[in-house]
Amino acid sequence: MRTVIFRTVAPFLTALMIIFSIFILLRGHNEPGGGFIGGLIAASANAVYGIACGVSPVRRSLRFHPMTIAGAGLFIATLAGLASIFAKAGFLTGLWTTVHLFGQSIDLSTPLFFDIGVYLVVLGTFSSIGLALEEREVE
Amino acid sequence: MIALAALAVPFLAAILAPLLGRFLSRWLAIVLALFPLLLFLFWLRLLPHFFGDRSEAIAVPWIPSFGAEFSVLLDGLSLTFAILVSGIGTLIVLFAGAYLKGDARLPRFLCYLFLFMGAMQGLVLADDLIMLFVFWELTSISSFLLIGFERERMSSRRAAIQALVVTGMGGLSLLAGFLLIRYASGASSMSEIMALENGLRDLPVYLACFILVLGGAFTKSAQFPFHFWLPNAMEAPTPVSAYLHSATMVKAGVYLLMRLQPAMGDTVVWETVLPVFGAVTLLTGTILGLRQTDLKLVLAYTTVASLGLLVMLTGFGTEGAIAGAVLYLIAHSLFKGGLFMVAGGIDHEAGSRDLRQLSGLRHGMPLTFAIALLCALSMGGLPPFVGFLAKEEMYYGLLGDDPWSIVLLAAAIVGNGLMLALGFIVGLRPFLGKEMKAPKHAHEGPPDLWVGPAILALCGIGAGLFYHVFHETISIPMASAVAGEVVPVEIGPIPHLSTAFYLTVLTIALGVGIYLLQDRLRAGVDRALVAFGWGPDRGFDQVIAGLTTAAHRITYFFQSGRLDLYMTTVFCALAFTILFSLSFFSEVPALPEWPDLAIHEWTILLIIVVGMGTVIMAHNRLTAIVSLGIQGFGVAVLFMLEGAPDLSFTQFMVETLSVVILALVMTRIPLAKTDHRSDPEKLIDGGIAGLCGIGIGALLLAVTQTPFDSRLSEFYEQYSRTIAHGRNIVNVIIVDFRGLDTLGEIAVVMIAGLAVLGLIRIRRPRIEDIATETGDRS
Repeated sequence: MRTVIFRTVAPFLTALMIIFSIFILLRGHNEPGGGFIGGLIAASANAVYGIACGVSPVRRSLRFHPMTIAGAGLFIATLAGLASIFAKAGFLTGLWTTVHLFGQSIDLSTPLFFDIGVYLVVLGTFSSIGLALEEREVE
Repeated sequence: MIALAALAVPFLAAILAPLLGRFLSRWLAIVLALFPLLLFLFWLRLLPHFFGDRSEAIAVPWIPSFGAEFSVLLDGLSLTFAILVSGIGTLIVLFAGAYLKGDARLPRFLCYLFLFMGAMQGLVLADDLIMLFVFWELTSISSFLLIGFERERMSSRRAAIQALVVTGMGGLSLLAGFLLIRYASGASSMSEIMALENGLRDLPVYLACFILVLGGAFTKSAQFPFHFWLPNAMEAPTPVSAYLHSATMVKAGVYLLMRLQPAMGDTVVWETVLPVFGAVTLLTGTILGLRQTDLKLVLAYTTVASLGLLVMLTGFGTEGAIAGAVLYLIAHSLFKGGLFMVAGGIDHEAGSRDLRQLSGLRHGMPLTFAIALLCALSMGGLPPFVGFLAKEEMYYGLLGDDPWSIVLLAAAIVGNGLMLALGFIVGLRPFLGKEMKAPKHAHEGPPDLWVGPAILALCGIGAGLFYHVFHETISIPMASAVAGEVVPVEIGPIPHLSTAFYLTVLTIALGVGIYLLQDRLRAGVDRALVAFGWGPDRGFDQVIAGLTTAAHRITYFFQSGRLDLYMTTVFCALAFTILFSLSFFSEVPALPEWPDLAIHEWTILLIIVVGMGTVIMAHNRLTAIVSLGIQGFGVAVLFMLEGAPDLSFTQFMVETLSVVILALVMTRIPLAKTDHRSDPEKLIDGGIAGLCGIGIGALLLAVTQTPFDSRLSEFYEQYSRTIAHGRNIVNVIIVDFRGLDTLGEIAVVMIAGLAVLGLIRIRRPRIEDIATETGDRS
């Protein structure tokens, strides 16, 4: 599997997939996509990188243990749900605001952060399973 | 309000104990004893406000949606108990400091002890039923921690589990009883129950409430046949035995019965069941106690007997009996707490608790001897001790000419006589005779070891001598709270010539006679019990062993550990469920018409079928996995063509990742290269798979053939844009409309991931072990 071509292409492929996954995540509210599918794409990106270049470069590039990322995701999703309590609305009620930045108007919402949380949980969990299995193969 | 805050004080001390343990090793117990001392003074100062049958309930909302309040009920009964808990608690903390001096476990021990103190204090003061139950359970848990304190000993762990199981089951019964009372009567607290006209007696479910509450009270207060856990609990360090298993916790059941007496008493069942069980417990306890040679066990059985006596008197229900019960309860806490600490002191200083080894301790420990004798005299019911007041009063209360009274009176006389003898066996016998060759040279311990029992012994005389003050401040308010009306208590320590006095003399004569004949009686009881050979203690072991065996059998039946069996079971169940319910409710779908498909759709279908065929025919596992992926991709393409891009996307990703993960897993698991199944096995497995496929297919057809209820999707279509500001309905459902589901799902994903990670890790050390063993770690 570790041909020169694959190892050369893999980092670019991974980077592209990660960017694509974020694109999918962010456009999810209006076009096909979302956090779950984005997270799966990102996890596949990590798997590709791991198969091509070994597990340690992936772990280095992630900085945190993938499970930590998943935990952070769950935390963000919960916080996004809790935010509405300060607005005296029920848990997980969506809040919306528009930010004007450099002449552009960007819609921000708690469901967006919730979706980011989903993305991170899926990315973290599947990456950590994949990496753990790949690590075994190296031994 | 301060009374509510006072409930938290012992818990504060429990938190402080481990924190302060490092800084004040020697002074720890003395400093921490200030907490219960403060409480003791606080409750004592409140007492004069509650003369006669006055009471007061203080409440703040706790769980309003459930109608539960955080509330205390102050009256003679609860305050007397609070004073006993905090007062004896102070002395016990001091005693524990000396008993476990220099032991590194002392802070932990005191932490548990304060935890218990807080639970017990909350229990006796709680007004709200739910709150009372919470504290009730907390006493069981803290008692479990204390009995099992020496956790490296098997017997200690067994006793702790036994106590927890017995009292915990009782606690569940009590909870059921309380809930039943709440729903049937509408009263959610003790004070509300008291305020009901005619109490709980008119409830149609009175009998059920009675049995359930009794289940809690009898297990906690070690009534026959649940008495066995209490002597076993003597595995705990002696301060625990003195505090929990004589003076306070075991009285929780008696407290509950006394508390409910005005509302539930005075019925035929109450006045039959309680005295009968009480009398049987009294006699069982004393006779079994006679057999023991360990000081602590003798005391433990007399505690069982005393609890029986208290239940009997509470159940008898006359004014005199209730006054007797109240006096005896206080007397018992004083002399039994004292005797336990004396036994602990002897153990600590002489190195043994065995009656057959101890003798002549009066030379080495004169002060302890004096204290022990004072306690034993009170236990024996001799004037002028408070024990005498209790016995006179209870005889007055039980006197009557109907056969029922005579039987109970006889039981009380025999029980008291035996208890007198047992009291002297502990309080007198070890000190008489010639000086023994003890394991340690016996000498008087440090003051902390004898100050506590000395104070209790002196209280025992004090209450007897200054009986006017004692009755006015404690006995009358407490007895009135139990009876539900003002009860006069006037008994004094000067003997009068009356029937009760003759009965006292008879009791003393009986007791002295038993004391003198103790060795012969002990042998006799021993023989009888060996011949009998079976008791509830053994029964408990058998029940637990039976439960464990049954659990093992059931587990091994369902969890054989063979993957193929699991798969077969799961898929058989799946096929059966679908096919059976479809045919049973006659919803077997009609065969659909032959579809009119375009050429590219046919091609995809062909790819799917070929993929499936390859999975079945493949000899190599990797080929099968990849073919499975091809088949999945085919389905994803179909989704795309049918206009479900989200579903299709997800399907693509899931298929990709499953192929990768399956391939990684399969290559690592040591599996046989080829399929090991014989042809018939393959045929059966294929049949099950076929049935599942037919079932799922039929189910899908049935679903598509029923008319589609479009309300939900119309709702989503209508509001997705306007409320949730999103055009992608699927995503809006996931992150907004059904966000809570998603939150649960991602939590499950993560937990499952952690479990998978754990499973992968389990095997790693084994591989390394093999590698190091064979010596090649390339």
